[in-house]
Amino acid sequence: MDSEPSNKQGPASTKIVIAGGFGVGKTTLVGSVSEIDPLRTEALVTDESEGIDDISQVPTKHTTTVAMDFGRITLGEDLILYLFGTPGQKRFWFMWDDLCLGAIGAIVMVDTNRLDEAFSPLDYFEEKGLPFIVALNQFDNGPQFELDAVREALALPSHVPMIRIDARDRESAKTALIRITEYSLEQLASQVPVG
Amino acid sequence: MEREAHLSGKHVGDSSAPSAVRGFTITRGRTVPRVELPFEATLLVSIPSGHRAEPTGPAAQVLEVCDRKSVAEVAAALHLPLGVARVLLADLVAEGHVTVQRTLTRNSSIDERRDLLQRTLQGLLVS
Repeated sequence: MDSEPSNKQGPASTKIVIAGGFGVGKTTLVGSVSEIDPLRTEALVTDESEGIDDISQVPTKHTTTVAMDFGRITLGEDLILYLFGTPGQKRFWFMWDDLCLGAIGAIVMVDTNRLDEAFSPLDYFEEKGLPFIVALNQFDNGPQFELDAVREALALPSHVPMIRIDARDRESAKTALIRITEYSLEQLASQVPVG
Repeated sequence: MEREAHLSGKHVGDSSAPSAVRGFTITRGRTVPRVELPFEATLLVSIPSGHRAEPTGPAAQVLEVCDRKSVAEVAAALHLPLGVARVLLADLVAEGHVTVQRTLTRNSSIDERRDLLQRTLQGLLVS
């Protein structure tokens, strides 16, 4: 059948989701590690969009768009890693189901000045069971909180990795990608195979 | 825990703006793709066959740019919303113009997941 996957060697592409509030540095992180300038695309957001398969049936629906920036890293000859930066508000959750399907995991970026913007992504990934780590993006003039204090403020379980990064720095941003991939592997190892 | 209760009302957002015209009218209102197509999936254009009718309109544009690109890259290249590009691409897949390279799916086995994660980690460590 034509619609069957054509590559028998394993997935040819995969993705990591970068979530967090407006201005927290998602696009900066994507840009630091991406081999292309981050590309911008849009998703349509309709009021009460849940469960709507055919919007021609609801012509009065108010439609807005949400911008999403993404980048790409070629890992060897046969694997491309995409990084999708996505806004954190709950009204975009409908989009995250698509975004998270098949994802390695998520990096929730946190600005210590606006911790509450991380609540919604954290709730979502916990609910969906997608492995995630928390990355504190260091702003030069921001308060320097202890990781433990932030973990407590975010009500974050002790097994969830937390790291500090400078999203502008390629190596620093890359450590976040490596950490979520490692954590995802650890989580997989802790699963008991069924059947 | 109910962290989300702290957030402001659902229509308040930083990055949304009134929609431009190019919404799902292009797909005649269809928002659900005919085949499952993740945003990171890479497309390969099939060798043209006399048995298939060549697509026209927006689908022809999509076919022209999609070879070896992901769904997200096609959307960005054509300035189409992601969901719209995906519906058009899924049509091309269903009609045999385009094939899809593998990605993780909800049916992927633990071994497949582990293999992909290890390939990703290796690639990141040497990149």
